[in-house]
Amino acid sequence: MDLGLDVDDSHPPYTVLAVKGEVDVYTAPRLREKLVELVSQGKHKIVVNLEGVDFLDSTGLGVLVGGLKRLRSHEGDLTLVCTQHRILKVFEITGLTKVFAIHDSVDAAVAS
Amino acid sequence: MEEVLELEIPARPEFVALVRLVVSSVASTRRVLAEERIDDVKLAVSEACTNAIEAHGELDTDDHVVVRLIEGDDRLEVLIDDRGQGFDPTALPEHPPVTDPERLNFERGLGIPLIRTLVDEVDFDSGQEGTSVKLTIYCGRAKVDELGEFD
Repeated sequence: MDLGLDVDDSHPPYTVLAVKGEVDVYTAPRLREKLVELVSQGKHKIVVNLEGVDFLDSTGLGVLVGGLKRLRSHEGDLTLVCTQHRILKVFEITGLTKVFAIHDSVDAAVAS
Repeated sequence: MEEVLELEIPARPEFVALVRLVVSSVASTRRVLAEERIDDVKLAVSEACTNAIEAHGELDTDDHVVVRLIEGDDRLEVLIDDRGQGFDPTALPEHPPVTDPERLNFERGLGIPLIRTLVDEVDFDSGQEGTSVKLTIYCGRAKVDELGEFD
């Protein structure tokens, strides 16, 4: 199962990470590795675009929570782009909409 | 009640996607559930299988995880059986409130609360020789139709 992870640095100071596919216990470690890699490169304002994500479970949520914690420790931030009801629902029922800023487009996220 | 599927998988993370695909396809084909609830079943089954696989990983066992789908007139039941060490479902650690900065220290532990929210009934039968999780979803009900939160 492939997980697409495309990095776009064309919105400085933001780095946009577009995730495509299913994020679960098998693929979430790759997302974690990518976030750790970006932070280690000094990219501390990260927008994770979830518009291409078909499925997200608690493992994926945990990776995003860990990424946010890591970035905040560097005075940075991790924001999300998501408009899909099925994915938003996972954030809503876990209350994590109060933890993450969730935008409806990359443009809105990088303008925030 | 009629068993319509039994799936036995190696306890490895790459097989969780297969379980999601098969269970959601069978549930859709049988037209037992509204489409919006198929997503709930997929997520709940995925969480339960993830826990089962992790339980096997802790024991380093080659035993398989067994997933069964049972259909009734008014419900769908999914049973996930593992051979892990078991756990106490009433003694799970609580997370700090989401508004508490300490919340960011908790990356795990959302799976079972998610399961409880997404399905109509969940039963855990857990002991030292394994855990059996039964998820029950009734036809025509929307458990979380207005993006309700935990608690």
